[in-house]
Amino acid sequence: MLPSVPTVLTRIATFALYALEPQRVWVEVDIRAGLPSFAVVGLGDKAVRESRERVHAALLNSGFDFPMKRITANLAPAHLRKAGPSYDLALAVGILAASGQLDPDLLAPYAVFGELGLGGRLRPCRGVLAVAEGARRWGPPGLLVARAQVREASLVEGVDVVGVDTLRESVEVLSGERRAPEPPPEPPAALAPPEDSPDLADVRGHALPRRALEITAAGGHNLLMQGPPGTGKTMLARRLPSILPPLTDEEAIVVTRIRSVAGLHIGRGLARERPFRSPHHTISASGLVGGGSLPAPGEATLAHLGVLFLDELSEFTRPSLEALRQPLEDGCVIVVRGQHVAVFPTRVMLVASTNPCACGFAGAGEGRCRCSETEVARHRRRLSGPLLDRIDLLVDVQRPSSGELAAARAEGSTAVRERVLAARERQAVRLKGLGSDCNGQMEACVVRATVHPDRAARQALVDAYDGGRLSARGHHRVLRVAQTIADLDDQPIVTRPHVLQALSLRGYEAGERLAA
Amino acid sequence: MVTGGETEVGIHACDACLRRTHLLTILSPFLDRVRDRYGRPDDLLSLSDDALLAGLGGSHRRRLEEAMEGCDPTRCRDRIRAAGQRATCRHAGSYPSVLLDLAAPPAVVHVAGAARVAADDGVVAIVGARRASAYATEVARGLGRGLSAAGVTVVSGMAMGVDAAAHEGALARGGRTVAVLGGGADVPYPASKRALHERIRRAGAVVSELPPGFTARRWCFPVRNRLIAALAAVVVVVEGGERSGSLITARLARELGRDVAAVPGHVTAASATGPNGLLFDGAHVIRGPQDVLDLLFGAGARRASPDRDPSSLEPRLERLLASVTAGNDTLALLAAGGCETQDALTGLAELELEGFLVRGPGGVYAPTA
Repeated sequence: MLPSVPTVLTRIATFALYALEPQRVWVEVDIRAGLPSFAVVGLGDKAVRESRERVHAALLNSGFDFPMKRITANLAPAHLRKAGPSYDLALAVGILAASGQLDPDLLAPYAVFGELGLGGRLRPCRGVLAVAEGARRWGPPGLLVARAQVREASLVEGVDVVGVDTLRESVEVLSGERRAPEPPPEPPAALAPPEDSPDLADVRGHALPRRALEITAAGGHNLLMQGPPGTGKTMLARRLPSILPPLTDEEAIVVTRIRSVAGLHIGRGLARERPFRSPHHTISASGLVGGGSLPAPGEATLAHLGVLFLDELSEFTRPSLEALRQPLEDGCVIVVRGQHVAVFPTRVMLVASTNPCACGFAGAGEGRCRCSETEVARHRRRLSGPLLDRIDLLVDVQRPSSGELAAARAEGSTAVRERVLAARERQAVRLKGLGSDCNGQMEACVVRATVHPDRAARQALVDAYDGGRLSARGHHRVLRVAQTIADLDDQPIVTRPHVLQALSLRGYEAGERLAA
Repeated sequence: MVTGGETEVGIHACDACLRRTHLLTILSPFLDRVRDRYGRPDDLLSLSDDALLAGLGGSHRRRLEEAMEGCDPTRCRDRIRAAGQRATCRHAGSYPSVLLDLAAPPAVVHVAGAARVAADDGVVAIVGARRASAYATEVARGLGRGLSAAGVTVVSGMAMGVDAAAHEGALARGGRTVAVLGGGADVPYPASKRALHERIRRAGAVVSELPPGFTARRWCFPVRNRLIAALAAVVVVVEGGERSGSLITARLARELGRDVAAVPGHVTAASATGPNGLLFDGAHVIRGPQDVLDLLFGAGARRASPDRDPSSLEPRLERLLASVTAGNDTLALLAAGGCETQDALTGLAELELEGFLVRGPGGVYAPTA
């Protein structure tokens, strides 16, 4: 016969994040007579274990009692790993309800999410947008978060988001004593690029890379820029987002969610600008494509729907570049970790830059390069391989002359972007239902089915192929780029000048690799 | 049974010469030691088989003699045939007579590829540094192109840098080119020049003193250089330091009474001390294919034909070509000169396809004259 001990069991909803997906977690708190203790079970990590100290201090400093009894908190389902400090608020509220300081029946309409300071302040946590999506999917109807995150959480419709500053305010909201003010409305989406983003108008000279950027943006291609140090490769790449089409509403939510989960988006509304990520070349393979025991998104995912810029491509480790290949091809990366399969989207435009040789000055005027042919070839070999096969445009970036630097302001991003948008529309019509929405994503079979060069254009391709300037694989890449140039020119078929331009934009590298 | 000599089509090599070639392959480690100590393994090759065995074999002599007894000339021929090569020995009528000028002519010359090794119409060797500057490779390529187009055969060693550039140039215009290798004619050396090796084998010829399948060792290169010197009527040194192999070739050429010529380089460049030294000593100055042709056939006897005729071009392309030739050799410079980017991109590709321009590292276009 078991002794009958009076116990109070309470539970409150919160959310865990796995990869980019929310998962509802119940925080159950059980308080019973016994030696004073506070245990948190349910596969929590170090941050969850430390949560006990924060909750203890926050409760006392907010003027509540901390029950000197045996407290057991369970994060259910217990087989999922829990990480991070976002369970603090749920634990504190659970203890209050279990110890009779708050009516347990009041917990049902709200999920709570946030980290507590020792003084009882509520701190923002990453991933609120995903958490709000979880609340919409599984309930409860209300969501209590730090006030700074209300705007972000409110992007999900149908969830009653309430922002609070402290633990005490949370309790007031839960008990119905207080109603938080409505969040400010989201400002309308601006179609023009944000004013502080870099603009092509600042670029003097650089006729070739400018043209390459326009084609890259118009066709969603991948681009490699090659040139000596200090010629402006990075500066040019940073301006690519300014000529890309603006994010659609759906895309903006996806981008915001990824940024939010990565903790890059605390306290902001909808992300309107396309991401631009430029990881350092020392990055590991899992840093680039995502990974970790609790899978976290990598740089390729953070750049989803935007630009992934790899500066000094030849300095990246082979494993990182190899890891990037499949995600570039498939548009997503699948990370399998024990019981979890995480899918991260990775639809990026890859822009890379590299020095032409180890010293950086090959081809930059007589006598500046100190590398032998063998060394230059070795440098090239580091680049070649599967990743280069995904790159359609290869251009050389030269140091602008003094005359070019003194030239008047060049065409700005807005004008270029209009042409890009028009070209993208033409592609969308042509490629409807073919599994790709821009020329850069066309598979070989789609290229064959939709790209129709005229006779003179075909002859140019044959000549280039016979002259050893083009490989069989390069053939399709040239056609893809030629199609984009035709789209920019608003012409229905690919003509000889389009193919010739595409050939010029393939760079020295291509021929060199054939010869090797 | 084949007893010796010219009974088979394609392989005209007597037993003694095949044995001699085999001897060199088994003496390979000893010849390497000679090269490392005294530097000139080619001097030894005038010794008889017995003297070589006695002099180099030392305490290993017995073992080596046993190995020589196992040499079967018939099987040597079979192997040459299986490798798809031709072979001719110094006793055969088809042997290139120019090689007989050497103190120690190669016993057997193995040839892969259809072309004649010693053409009547002039043979020029182009040799130079492996670590060649862009200037040197461009000059070598231009010489290869111009000479091959004028009907002259270009001989070189298929090494990195100048050698490979000379072969490539010749392959681009008519393909009159012969590569002389240190190892077997079927073994590309350096291995990275596999594709070039295959192209030379198809269009010209690959020649070696050593049998098919033999991998080159250190001693092979000075020995190979004497073949390059002997085959050519003129040896042109394009670039090379003071201790470079191309200077060995030049010295051997002078000893054989061949013309030695050099392309001048920067006087301050260590990589150009070789040719500049030769010029100081009285070598012929080479500024382009025409200078070599004058040397071969007498001044003005044969003109280096321009690669292509620019006047056949459309006016806009002709203007573009003129602009590139005048020094606006990158797209940035052309654009700064008022040329529309798209027109320039189209025109440059057109000129590249037509063979008027080549694109080098850094997006620099160079005329192919």
